[in-house]
Amino acid sequence: MKIGLFIPCYIDQFYPKVGIATLELLEKLGVQVHYPLSQTCCGQPMANSGFAHLTKGCDDNFIQNFGSFGTQHFDYVVSPSGSCVLHIKEHLGGNPLHSDAYPEQVTSLKNKVFELCEFLTDILKVENLNAHFPHRVGFHNSCHGQRMLGLSSMSEKVGETFSKPLSLLGQVNGLTLADLSRKDECCGFGGTFCVTEEAVSVKMGKDRIADHLSKNVDFITGGDMSCLMHLEGILKRQKSTVKIIHIAEILNSK
Amino acid sequence: MTHSLTHSQASDTFNKDESRVDWHDESLWFIRQKRDKAAFAIPEWEELRESASQIKENVLANMDTYLLEFEQKAQKNGIHVHWATDAAEHNTLVLEIMQKHNFKKIVKSKSMLTEECHLNPFLEKNGIEVIDTDLGERIVQLRNEPPSHIVLPAIHLKKQDVGDTFHEYLGTEKGASDPQYLTEAARQHLRGKFIAADLAITGVNFAIAETGGFVVCTNEGNADMGAHLAKVHIACMGFEKIIPKIENLGIFLRLLARSATGQPITTYSSHFQKPRAGQEMHIIIVDNGRSTQLGRADFRNSLKCIRCGACMNTCPVYRRSGGHSYHNAVAGPIGIILAPNLDMKQNNDLPFASTLCGSCTNVCPVKINIHEQIWKWRQIVTQEGYAGFEKTQGIKLMNTVLSKPKVYRFVGKMGREIMRFAPFAVNNSLNKWFKNREMPDAPKESFREWYMKQKM
Repeated sequence: MKIGLFIPCYIDQFYPKVGIATLELLEKLGVQVHYPLSQTCCGQPMANSGFAHLTKGCDDNFIQNFGSFGTQHFDYVVSPSGSCVLHIKEHLGGNPLHSDAYPEQVTSLKNKVFELCEFLTDILKVENLNAHFPHRVGFHNSCHGQRMLGLSSMSEKVGETFSKPLSLLGQVNGLTLADLSRKDECCGFGGTFCVTEEAVSVKMGKDRIADHLSKNVDFITGGDMSCLMHLEGILKRQKSTVKIIHIAEILNSK
Repeated sequence: MTHSLTHSQASDTFNKDESRVDWHDESLWFIRQKRDKAAFAIPEWEELRESASQIKENVLANMDTYLLEFEQKAQKNGIHVHWATDAAEHNTLVLEIMQKHNFKKIVKSKSMLTEECHLNPFLEKNGIEVIDTDLGERIVQLRNEPPSHIVLPAIHLKKQDVGDTFHEYLGTEKGASDPQYLTEAARQHLRGKFIAADLAITGVNFAIAETGGFVVCTNEGNADMGAHLAKVHIACMGFEKIIPKIENLGIFLRLLARSATGQPITTYSSHFQKPRAGQEMHIIIVDNGRSTQLGRADFRNSLKCIRCGACMNTCPVYRRSGGHSYHNAVAGPIGIILAPNLDMKQNNDLPFASTLCGSCTNVCPVKINIHEQIWKWRQIVTQEGYAGFEKTQGIKLMNTVLSKPKVYRFVGKMGREIMRFAPFAVNNSLNKWFKNREMPDAPKESFREWYMKQKM
């Protein structure tokens, strides 16, 4: 199985260790991983700010990096970010203003792009990770992963309870999971919201952190580094000893 | 914008008192939890939502037919039916009915439509006394404030605030904040108003096409008290309140109160069918932008809304910014998707008052895809030219960087170098992120640079 590794721009620039953990984890699980070198950004920051009509350049670049051309072909495209995967699924090539040069590529990419956790549980069907992380951990559900990609059940909806990321964390030896009082409230990052609505954004982040701190966690983890970057910024300002860590790093720990 | 503050600016002010934000958040979260408990007690909850959504889908597709059927049946029942294109027409119709009878006093039970139409100030200007008779609504009316929530209009106020207000206007003891004492004072005050009123206005929760009757849901019984005492009753409704059949009502009544407050049903579900002997009954059916919204394919199903307020209670932004920050009669997520249709110039900031977390969509009893519509409004207000020069230039620059691999890599590396060696360049007051958050550490190597070394 050959996959294209899609590393979001801010992970590439600020959190390379998350990309490294994702790559190592997938290779450990026997997957052939390729990282297309000219990838940049999925276009979400522009689209969510109301500028979806400007994202053609990012769309085309994504398609050229991950689509099937000549000898280049990936069975799946995998990314350690629910939010960026969601953007590809919902909005790649979606603006009527874009010249639709590759309609088949767009459809095919939308079907084969996966968030890391769902790729591990649904495609690789991982049941034994052999990871070791002897710490108290709070899990932050990112809204895009949870509510839009459906990585777990949601507190608002009546139905069975499940969680793909938590089922993976459950395979990690030594890890103790904290039981939060608000299991799936938004952290307040929200893309450009974090600066355009700075006061509410920070307050939401502080409240999420307080929930985790009240459960005495050592680490806050999650599937989206953008949420975690926002929480990390607040934790550091508070001079907290609690650390943030991407779920890929925990699943890849020895 | 003619309102003084944008949502972001008003939220900034709201957040100056953090313990009050905590209290506001907890109050609304408590209601959200009550809603969850009520919903989870009904195994077929999701099917109920789906049914309600589909019934409303049918209504939206056949709006003209159902409205005409309703008009015909209501007229047959002896109700006067009026049509209002906009808020001004609606308000004038009410005034004309008042003037025809030479009336001066109105009691009103909560109607968000009359808030939307700014009926009270219009009538007051014309020498008419209008008294809101819901407790919460009366509190904010005394304070000369708009409601901050469509179901809980005074949720932004603490009992001490209410005590101060009642002391000032109703003569209660100074410093008194016992809820029972204050409620009793309001009861006595309102009792006099009910008895003296010439005319009663109510809202409409559901108008039933096949019977020409309508249903008003309240917890305080004030709609009944007003309508049963007054010589004339006017019910004001947005045209989307229509449902086809009486048998549909059960589905909506089961959803409405559970979604709103977690109650199985409102204390009163009052059915109005025809005027009592000697009484005059009017219904004003209002458009006020609704037909424009109905014509917007991406936004039409916002008209399915039954005004339960669940999206506000669950919204993490609403809970931490307060209803007044939305500067619109309907606040919160549903307000965000209704307001730009009413006035894009006034309300183009609202679609950005959201993290797009999607919780609103999940609690909506009629399954409106609220967060997706927020995203779509962002595209529209931007294309209509409301993004502003600074933001537009910023996003265009971002787009240039992010869509060109070489530029992206160059700028990324340069940015990290600046953050590593000259952190003061980003850690300053121009950077809104830095106001309350540290910047992430800038690593020496990007992932790509590591990959090139390790894997190529």
